This record gives sequence, C-alpha cells and structure tokens, in this order.
Amino acid sequence: MINIFFFKIALGAYFLGTASFLYQLISRREGHKRFSFAITGVGFLSHTVALITRTIEAAHIPITNMHEAMSFFSWALVLAFLLIEYKYRIYVLGSFVLPLTFISLISSSALPMEIKMLDPMLQSAWLGVHTIFAIMGAAAFSIAFLAGVMYLLQEWFLKSKRFNILYSKLPSLDLLDDLNYRAISFGFPLLTLGIITGSIWAEYAWGTYWNWDPKQTWSLILWLFYAAMLHSRLSAGWRGKKAAYMAIIGFVGVVFTFVGVNMLLQGKHIFV
Amino acid sequence: MDIILVGLSHNTAPVEIRERLSFSGEQLTAGISRLRAHEEILECVILSTCNRVEVYTTVEKPELGVARVKDFLHAYQPDIPLEKMTLHLYTHKNEGVVRHLFRVASSLDSMVIGETQILGQVKDAFDCALLNKTTGVVLNKLFKKSIFTAKRVRTETRIGESAVSISFAAVELAKKIFSNLRSKTGMLIGAGEMGELAAQNLVNSGIKEIVVSNRNYGRALDLARSYNGRVTRFEDFLQEMVNVDVVICSTGAPNYVIRFEDIEDIIHRRKNRPLFFIDISVPRNIDPEINKIGNVFLYDIDDLQAVVETNLKTRKEEAEKGEQIVAEEVGKFTQWFKSLEVVPTIIALKDKVEEIRRKELERTMGRLRSLSPEEVQIIDGLTNTIINKILHNPLVALKLEAHSTNGLLYAEAVRKLFDLEIKVSEKENQSDEPPL
Repeated sequence: MINIFFFKIALGAYFLGTASFLYQLISRREGHKRFSFAITGVGFLSHTVALITRTIEAAHIPITNMHEAMSFFSWALVLAFLLIEYKYRIYVLGSFVLPLTFISLISSSALPMEIKMLDPMLQSAWLGVHTIFAIMGAAAFSIAFLAGVMYLLQEWFLKSKRFNILYSKLPSLDLLDDLNYRAISFGFPLLTLGIITGSIWAEYAWGTYWNWDPKQTWSLILWLFYAAMLHSRLSAGWRGKKAAYMAIIGFVGVVFTFVGVNMLLQGKHIFV
Repeated sequence: MDIILVGLSHNTAPVEIRERLSFSGEQLTAGISRLRAHEEILECVILSTCNRVEVYTTVEKPELGVARVKDFLHAYQPDIPLEKMTLHLYTHKNEGVVRHLFRVASSLDSMVIGETQILGQVKDAFDCALLNKTTGVVLNKLFKKSIFTAKRVRTETRIGESAVSISFAAVELAKKIFSNLRSKTGMLIGAGEMGELAAQNLVNSGIKEIVVSNRNYGRALDLARSYNGRVTRFEDFLQEMVNVDVVICSTGAPNYVIRFEDIEDIIHRRKNRPLFFIDISVPRNIDPEINKIGNVFLYDIDDLQAVVETNLKTRKEEAEKGEQIVAEEVGKFTQWFKSLEVVPTIIALKDKVEEIRRKELERTMGRLRSLSPEEVQIIDGLTNTIINKILHNPLVALKLEAHSTNGLLYAEAVRKLFDLEIKVSEKENQSDEPPL
C-alpha cells in the first residue's frame, strides 16, 4: 500500500507546515518563510504521489468514500493556495489554509483507509467527473471562507485602530475582498457542474435526474445561496464585510452538505 | 596605533553650533586634505550631516591626535571659542569609536531611529576620503564594516519599517485598505499644512488623482496645479465624494463639515466601495460617528499620532536587536584590530617557531640516546642559532614598521603566512575605553 505511505508523509509535512505557518503569524522575522513553503511543497508532492498511486492500485478515481473525499479536498485546497500564492503573493493565507488542510487530512486519516471493491453503483465514468468538480468547488468556497475571516479580522483592526503583528501581516481589505469574490466566482461554476454531472449520473444509476435526496437538496440550497451572493455583489454592491459574512455562512453550508448530510440525514448518496 | 573620534551631534550640541561646524562638498575635500597633512594624523574621514560633525582619525599618540583635531576644528570656525566648542565635543578611542560609528551608520544614534539617510551620508563621507586618499588599512576596514553592519541591522530587524510621521502613517493606512493606490482618487478639503503634506505623500505613493476643494477657489487651483490634480467647488465636495476613495480634511472650520447622514447616503451611492477619511483638522471637521458606517474608515489626528507612537515603539524594540548586531560586529572588528598590533604578532611568531624547535628537538633526541650531555647542548645551541638567524630580518622589519600603517599590513601578512593565532586578552578586549 505505497499510497498510504505517501499519504502519511504528506500528513506529517502538513503538520510541520501548519506549525511553521502559525508561528509565522506571531514572528517578526520572515526568515523561515521559505521553510514553510518548502515543507508545504513536500506535503503537496507526496500527497500528489499518494493520489496517483492510489488511483493505480484501485484502478479507478479514488473518491469513493469519506476518507478519499476528504483527502482529495485537502489536496485541492493546497493546490488552490499554491496557485493564489503564485499569482497574488499573500503568503499569510498559508497560516489559515494549512491548519484547515491539516484538520481535514487528519480527519481523513482517522477514517478507514483501505481500498475496497468498487460498489456497482459507482462503476461509471461519471465518478471522477462528478466528484472532482464537487470537491474542487468546495475547496474554492473554503478559500473564500478564509479570505472572509481574514477580511473581518483586518476590518476590525482598522476600525478599532489596533495595530498588532497580525494587522501588519494581513494584506489590504481590497485584496481580501477581491480574493473572496474570485474564489466564489471560481467555485460557483464548479458547483454547478458538480450538480449537473451528479444528476446525469443519477439518471443512469437511480433512473431519475432529481429525486430530492438530502445531498441534492442541500447542494441546490448552496447553489442558490452562492448565486444570490454573486448577484448581490454585482447589483447591490454587497462587498466587503457583508461578502465576508456570506462567505463564512456559505462555508458552514458547504461543510454540512459535504459531511453533515451523511452523518445526520438518510439518503441514497451514502458514499460521500 | 589608535583610532580616535572627535565630534559633536544632536545629542551634545545645539543646531547653532552644528550648522557652523558642518562641512559641505568643497570644504570637506579641503578639510580632510588639510587635516591629513599633519604628520600626527595617519588617516582621517570627516562625517558631516545636519545632525553631526565627526572626525575619525588614526593616530600614533592619542592625546596629541585629539588636540590636533580640536585645533583643526577651531581653525575652521575661529569665532567659536575653543573652550565653548570643547563643551560640545565628545571623544572616543578604539573600541569606543568602532561602536559609535557602527551605531551611527545603523541609525541607532539618529534623531529618528531607523531613518535611512544616514547610511548614504556615511558612504559619501568614506567615498570622499577614498577619493582624496586620506584613509588607509584601518579606516577603510572600519567604514566598510560599518556599512556592512548597517545593512545587517536593516535586513535583520524591522527598524526601518512603518511610518513615523503623521502624513506617512496616513498613506500606510490607505495601503491597508486599498490594494492599489494607482487606481484610486484622493480628495483634499481645506488647505492646512499637514493636509497638504498628506496629499503630497499620496501623490508620491502613486495615487491616480487628487481633487482639491477649498473655500478659496484660487488657492484650490494653485494646490491642484501642484498635485497635477483638479478642483471641485467647495459646495460640491459631497457630490464628488461618490467618486473618490481617500478624503483628507483639514479646514479651519469650527464645526463638522462632513456629517453622519451625508456619508451614510454617499456610501450607499458608492455601492459600498470603501471610503477612507483622514481628519487632520483641530477642531475636528468630520463627525467621528461615521467610523461606525460599514466600509467607512475614519482616522483623526490623535489616531494617526497613536499609529506613529506605536511605530516608534516598535522601532525602539527593534533597535535593541540592532544593538546586539552592532555588539557582535564591534567584537569582530576589535579582534581584527588588536591582531594587527605588531608586538603580539612578534611574540606569537617567536612562540610558534620555538614550539616547533622544541618538538623536533625532543623527537630527534629520543632517537639519539647515545649522545653525551655536551653534544646535546651543542645541538640545542645549533637549532637555536638557526631559528634566530632566520627570524632576525623579519623581526627587524616588523619592529621598524611597527609605527606606521604599513606595519599593520606586515603584521597581517606574517599572521597569515605563519598561521598565527593572536591571543587578545579578554580583559583588554572588553574594557570600555574611558573618554580621553
């Protein structure tokens, strides 16, 4: 099980990365910034190798249970972070992304990890398409959530005129609001595609496009919420603080749809 | 040889004295050449800024050197009585000079700690001395190391970060609200001096445009021209606020010119795009309540002053780290300087050679057990003579050059050629030189 070996290396690297990035928040020196990124890079590479080897070992896309889904979610989150860092250079975002990644990955590691026989219901080309869209969308919404949290912190510092180390590390409000907006405009089409491919697959597997399964219902609620959020920004100028709050509420919805529905509600969408 | 510093700064002398003793371009060139012409002065550099005039020299006899520099300064400004001038002068010797210059270059001794100009001024003073060939081994190394130390302090601490003036603090805050000032517009209402300065700083930071509004239309036109901006009539500035992003207010009005209801309405019309208000007027011209409106940020003069004070405090904390770096570098330099001294080099060289002789003799004697005591003594004498003859010329040369800057080069060469370790006694190394 070579994939589990690499998975564990990634987990260890993300643990160190989390510690390093959190320390960075309170440290005045920026000397170990490079270390933080190097260790995150190591984590990301081994995680990529883990996903590839698992795909080969299982002979299908490894997003078929909660362990695999959360693992892929963590991977997508770090991918998003690295891309944003490349473009915007908001390295302080790492101090928020890495802890979330680590929490998600360690929860994933607590779940059964072995590769099981693929349920006949999942034997379809739609497996990869649907799950990848849905989870990448969730990662994008998570970035928007983190940008929202950072925005609210920075806004509070500026309004209450508190100038601490965190204030000096956080970027401008404009940039954080922009990141929030871009993350959602990126996540929204992914969610849309996730829902569409899901219903097509449902038509093959369950014989109907839409049967108000809890997962479907909640996805639709999320879709409506984010659509409203984008619309209100463009038409009524709901930016800044309001957008930050909405991104946070949206994220609660994402977590519920992703994990909560399976734990609390009965439905056909039992795999993830 | 000793390094001597005679000087005065904002810590010891009022501006009336400093300005008269300062050396500008040509005076500086003439000054160092004149000073260097004295045979007591082996090397010299004059550092002259608006906050300090300092003469760095290396001399053979420190007391004489100090007197010579004082005479030189007195001759430069004869109308300041020597006694009066001496009151303001400080002198340092050797390690004291090194520490002083390193602190000065690192801006730890500046009026505003962490300011960046001083390093350039130190470089200029050194360049001028180099150009006029008034420096040698010691001051060259001293000044290069001071520049190196200053750079270390700048990169390893946050001493130079964050604004320490009110108008810069305002720009810094604007950058925490807006990601790119180049696409933003500023507005200046009124024409207080501080407001104009803040507006100028916004222009320097690349803001797209400044709109000026003033009760006196002509004054507004003048200001707008100087910022390359445009004018809006005083009655219309609220209308204009829908389009601008940073508002600097510094009118002489006795009441609020900008009220809560106005801004509530404007922010709505702006579709919540953030608006940053800087109220530099006393009494305040902007209702402080507007800070409670979403996406509106209001800073008055006290808030900005608080920012500046926090930043100054940070700089002071960072200065502590700077002092540690300076102490480290002073230690290294002093070690090097002490090792240059000729006498310790001679002793070390003799010790090393004697050590080799003794070891080799012991080994040989171990193998030649059949020798009689007389024969042993003869061989011992022979080796002694050989090393003495070999060392004779180098030692004479070293002693001869001991009293010139060349001696230092000789000593350093010998030290490197023979891989000598010069022991600098700890006590001597740490002694803080008392002022001369």
